[in-house]
Amino acid sequence: MRTCAESFQGYVLRPLGRDYGERLLPRGLDITFCDQLFLIGGGLLWNIYFAALAVGFGFFLAIGVALMKFSDNPWLWRPASGFVFLFRGSPLFIQFFFFYSAFILLPRTGIDIPLGFTTLTVQTSALTTAQVGGLFVLILNTTAYSAELFYGALRSVPKGDLEAADAYGMKGFTKFRRVIWPNMLRLAWPSYTNEVIFLTHSTTLVFLSAFPARQQSGEAFYYARYFVDQTFNPFVAYPLVAAYFIALTLAIIGLFGLANRRLNRHLPQARRQRIRFRPQYIR
Amino acid sequence: MFEFCADPSILPDWQWFACYLTSGTHWAFYRSFLVVILLLIITAPMALGMGMLGALALRSGFAPVNLLGRGYVNLIRGVPDIVFFLFVPIALGQGIEWVLHQINCPDWDQPIRQGNDFIVCREAKMPPVDASAWARNVYGFTMAIIAFALVFGAFVANTLYGAMQAVPRAQVETAESYGMTRRQAFRRIVLPQMWVFALPGLSNIWQILVKATPLLFLLGIQDAVFWARELGGAKTSLYTYPHPDWRVWYFLALLVFYLFLTWASERGFGWLTVRLSRGQATAEGERLRRRAA
Repeated sequence: MRTCAESFQGYVLRPLGRDYGERLLPRGLDITFCDQLFLIGGGLLWNIYFAALAVGFGFFLAIGVALMKFSDNPWLWRPASGFVFLFRGSPLFIQFFFFYSAFILLPRTGIDIPLGFTTLTVQTSALTTAQVGGLFVLILNTTAYSAELFYGALRSVPKGDLEAADAYGMKGFTKFRRVIWPNMLRLAWPSYTNEVIFLTHSTTLVFLSAFPARQQSGEAFYYARYFVDQTFNPFVAYPLVAAYFIALTLAIIGLFGLANRRLNRHLPQARRQRIRFRPQYIR
Repeated sequence: MFEFCADPSILPDWQWFACYLTSGTHWAFYRSFLVVILLLIITAPMALGMGMLGALALRSGFAPVNLLGRGYVNLIRGVPDIVFFLFVPIALGQGIEWVLHQINCPDWDQPIRQGNDFIVCREAKMPPVDASAWARNVYGFTMAIIAFALVFGAFVANTLYGAMQAVPRAQVETAESYGMTRRQAFRRIVLPQMWVFALPGLSNIWQILVKATPLLFLLGIQDAVFWARELGGAKTSLYTYPHPDWRVWYFLALLVFYLFLTWASERGFGWLTVRLSRGQATAEGERLRRRAA
């Protein structure tokens, strides 16, 4: 039997690959509680990786898509609405399968794009890995969900604020940056916090679908499932992973709550929107 | 299916596809869409029932019942439900076997958990050892339905509780001043009026439920995802219908199926909102009244 310290050394970074700890995962009767604690905890690194990068890219893309959907030009709002409908109307689980099976059809050597004077080779082999391909799907998915939130917020920017901006002679980008954008963020923030939480929870689906976990390096729920398969005892690994996710959720609420306070700092106390945690996990 | 399907390797394209798409395994694939619909049809009323019980528990003035309701709703809403979907069937299965074991084999002297094994006596096995494959499928499907109903029941409980609170308080007070008991006022005043307030939340939960159905695959049920993977994978010339990797087309079909399902339910709920708003003291009800006048 390993001691807890040995488990920590052997497994806490094991999710990054087999070079970062024990080559093999613990098996069968050899599994201790500490193994489960640290391996699942280490897997959380990937959940944070997927969530942070997807939110980081998705945030800016979503604002772009929301502005497109809000515009009067049918060449802009039609594709934006279509994109949002496509990704909000279908299950993320199926999206993972669909994109994975599309990515493996791409040529391994990359795609050559002739530009006349030179040929650009787009590398495609990475797309079949969860770390790139799965992230790509998550980015598109969170973009669609957040775009819908930002679109709703754009529609409810106070009329008085817009009129005040006009009265000051603000136009175009200045008006957007100084009046529309802060208002939009402030209005959408509580629901955006919830969206980030759902996204974090749905990172558990990455390795459950088509994307392979190379060298058995996966995220927290992948290991929880591995342990339940090995020990046939769902009463340890699943509560553990649930506890980790509750902690992660609380951290997100804390972090986004700080941002929320800053976004609302100009308003009187009573009118400030508080973040309410309204979990609805599946997408 | 068709007479010319005897030797598919010599058929021209359209006939080949006609035969291919009507092969036995494809019928299983089409049936699995019905399984999804069946799951939705069974789970929705069950979740509604669980939700109603949960909401009544939340409203209850009796402390233990109230606590039970709150515990149920908050526990399930606080944990990612994929954990519940995988946890409930296996935990419930082991629970049932444990109870049967205690009843059927009281003189069994070995521990049930030996190392990593869960050992119960032969009579306590669920489904029974000699059960047919069909019975095993039904058992697995029932477990899945219970897991879905438990999780979505908690969501529904919260929505229904909010809807009950949203019925104007004055109406309940009026009913009580007419001499109705609390129970009568609830049945005659709150219950018929709460649905219009509950509808936006319920429609949201329904959409989430629709999008959760592919997770059946994780429970080992042969659903649409399972068949799409099976049928789409590359088939060598050993098979009657050899083809390269077509999974992307099968998953595209699934994507379209789900898009249609969510689109249709959006339309359905829109219609229901109008229908339920008739004669209600809400903005929509007022608009309907004005239009009729």
